[in-house]
Amino acid sequence: MNTELLIQLLVNGIIIGTLYGVVAMCFTLIYKSTKIINFAQGEFLLIGAWVCWWILNQFQIPFLFAFLLCLGFMMVLGILLQVLILKPMIGQPIISIIMVTIGLSIFFQAAMKWIFGVAPQPFPPVFETKSIEILGLNVQTAYIMSMIISLVIMVGFAWFFKYSRMGLAMRATAFDQQVAQSMGISVKRVFAMSWAISAMVSAMAGIVVGMVNGVSTGLSHFGIKVFPAIILGGLDSIIGAIVGGLIIGVLENMAEFVDGQYLHWGNMYNIAPFYILVIILMIRPYGLFGTKDIERI
Amino acid sequence: MSDSIKVGESILSVEDISLNFGGVHALKSVSFNVNKGELFSIIGPNGAGKTSMLNCVSGRYNPQGGEIRYKDHDITKLSPNHRADLGIGRTFQNLALFGHMSVLDNILVGRHHLMKNNFLTGSVYWAGGAQAEELEHRRACEDIIDFLEISHIRKAQAGKLAYGLRKRVELARAVALKPDLILLDEPMAGMNLEEKTDMARYIVDLNQEWGMTVVMIEHDMGVVMDISDRIIVLDFGMKIAEGLPEEVINDPHVKQAYLGDDDDIAQVSA
Repeated sequence: MNTELLIQLLVNGIIIGTLYGVVAMCFTLIYKSTKIINFAQGEFLLIGAWVCWWILNQFQIPFLFAFLLCLGFMMVLGILLQVLILKPMIGQPIISIIMVTIGLSIFFQAAMKWIFGVAPQPFPPVFETKSIEILGLNVQTAYIMSMIISLVIMVGFAWFFKYSRMGLAMRATAFDQQVAQSMGISVKRVFAMSWAISAMVSAMAGIVVGMVNGVSTGLSHFGIKVFPAIILGGLDSIIGAIVGGLIIGVLENMAEFVDGQYLHWGNMYNIAPFYILVIILMIRPYGLFGTKDIERI
Repeated sequence: MSDSIKVGESILSVEDISLNFGGVHALKSVSFNVNKGELFSIIGPNGAGKTSMLNCVSGRYNPQGGEIRYKDHDITKLSPNHRADLGIGRTFQNLALFGHMSVLDNILVGRHHLMKNNFLTGSVYWAGGAQAEELEHRRACEDIIDFLEISHIRKAQAGKLAYGLRKRVELARAVALKPDLILLDEPMAGMNLEEKTDMARYIVDLNQEWGMTVVMIEHDMGVVMDISDRIIVLDFGMKIAEGLPEEVINDPHVKQAYLGDDDDIAQVSA
């Protein structure tokens, strides 16, 4: 058995898994507070990466500034999406709202192709060394950065929800919008905030992946890849999203290992997560951490 | 804001409110007036429109006709959260606590609209005044917790408490808003005698010692008659009586609504 490859893939799995977890968390955030299943989550990564790439190429400014500018742009985009497109949909059947997000996803993909072209573009080098060695393992510098950013985001999320005033307001809104409103919470503001946070954090993930693989339409597949993670964790659990992301990240790399070493079926990397998704849904339809629906009879 | 309203002057006036759900007329031009410092009850048979009336005042429903004025503001079209900012708090008929949160967190949600610090000023805790603010709010919560005698369960998960305690926590959350007007939707429903006595005492204290104007829906006639200053009676969406408890209980329309029609009423009025 090729132990070195196994460990290398395991590390990759954990790193990519935390990224899945972060994106899944963003997805869950929107679902929890607004009950919208956002099929355009992957496009947030795509837009974020392209915008950051464009700023870096257009203006000769340090990466950090471009990164912050891009986040500012994503915040505005998230709020505009909520105010202009999704707010008028309040009270409509859930399936209509889902169709709108699918429409948004197609629109954004096409718009990105139209503006930036279809060819993948490499990110301008941000770090001097592309990869470093840790304990004999080759790890991309961008991935190290992603790991740090992801952890900071996760701790930030936990802190925000537990201790901040808006976090408490968001939890209250997620539980019951009517009651939250009667307590003086502006539900509109909570909705806009969840979209803004979700767009910003997803964009960070998009930038990180773009730095490693180059920016291309492929980034939006992240949005689809994240689904097994969300379902695995339970649609409405933030911790579930993180754990689900980690599991899926590790699993797909392990599938790659087994396939590459023994089975030689090909493409298990992409398929395995969805097998898991199907099995999980059969055994635990509400996911690992999701709220179990209790029906009163 | 006009805190100039004195005890005994009108704080809430409801004029000609009509509310329809399609062809169902839930409220038909209901008018009444609540004075500051009053303990005002709304009674009536099931489906009379009591909760609908309360929902119009708290902003959950938008009436098709009429006007609601609170402290000389027209609030008919205002969103519920703005009404909460103006000082209208409420509890719900069917328990509506945030079940997965602790009792203390539930009460802190009630303080939301009074807090000024945000994520950023909060992160410079000591410098931004966030610490002072937090202390102030925690102290206010502790006062409420002491008053309602729920200090032993402050860390418990709200959804796991016994029914009577949950009702009390819900009242605490509404009180935390520091409202001038508090709307209570059946605060004693489903309670045993002892719990009812406690709850009645809290409501009277809120009214007399904390100076809150109370509008209450309640089915227990004994309690309503004992503690209310004034009462209105709704039936099929219409106001059929208004006045002091003893006036209302002797009103022939009220007897008719509660006891039924025709033969029975003939006997009662005979």
